[in-house]
Amino acid sequence: MSFTGREFWGVVHGMGFGALFLLAFGGGIAGFYSLRQELLTAAGVRERMRRLRIGLLAMAVAAWGTVITGTWIVYPWYRDKAATSPRSQLLADPSTEQWHTFGMEWKEHVAWISPILATVVAFIALYYGVNLIKHERVRKTAMALFVLSFAIAAVAGGFGALITKVAPIR
Amino acid sequence: MGYAKQEEVLDSFGTDKPEGPISASILAAGIGSLALGVLTTLAEASAAVKEFLTFNQGVGPLSGKTILAVAVWLGAWGILHPALKHSPFESRKALILALIMIALGLLLTFPPFFQLFASE
Repeated sequence: MSFTGREFWGVVHGMGFGALFLLAFGGGIAGFYSLRQELLTAAGVRERMRRLRIGLLAMAVAAWGTVITGTWIVYPWYRDKAATSPRSQLLADPSTEQWHTFGMEWKEHVAWISPILATVVAFIALYYGVNLIKHERVRKTAMALFVLSFAIAAVAGGFGALITKVAPIR
Repeated sequence: MGYAKQEEVLDSFGTDKPEGPISASILAAGIGSLALGVLTTLAEASAAVKEFLTFNQGVGPLSGKTILAVAVWLGAWGILHPALKHSPFESRKALILALIMIALGLLLTFPPFFQLFASE
């Protein structure tokens, strides 16, 4: 039971950074949602914000880790010119070529928007700190960007998982 | 906890900050997303642009598209942050503008759309 080097990096990209980002979203959105004046004491706000800031920063790092490892380590193996590369295999069969021409082409580009948005959300939490609770409008804006970042990552991650199923990198 | 007590809690958090830097970061994200879309479509439409964007042979044109999009995003943030540092520029207004740019960025990175411009 072992991984090749390529499979290892595929796991780091998708199940390490990628899954960490997607799984942490639930905690982040719950933290934002409950960050309301009527629900928290001063001590509660401070504790919540510390957790939220660390969580959002970790999510932004995970999002950057996902796209950087995906683009610069895993993707060159995927698009290798060899007939055995996943891209070549997908394009060789009309029944699978859309996994590349639509799925991979969309995923490889759109994924990069997610860490940009995740970084903005982390910046908002770091910039305002506990004072974020005074800014209902900013909190809702951050939540909107946070959900969008997640949705884009989910599209990219979903296609990544499916493409790996059809044509794994070995 | 009563309303007056809640006000005391909020006051205990100290001086508030202007919304401008938040808006700057949101607008910059929109600009970066749009830049990614524009570069993606341009690379599809022009073989010369695609070649120019191939910063790395292994990664192909995606290397240039993503490096330049991130550079545009950080550059825009670097310009907008000091410009709006003391401004009360509302984040909702910035969000609307950014969402328009992000939507355009998503459209321009959507294969059925950018492949319409494919060069022969």
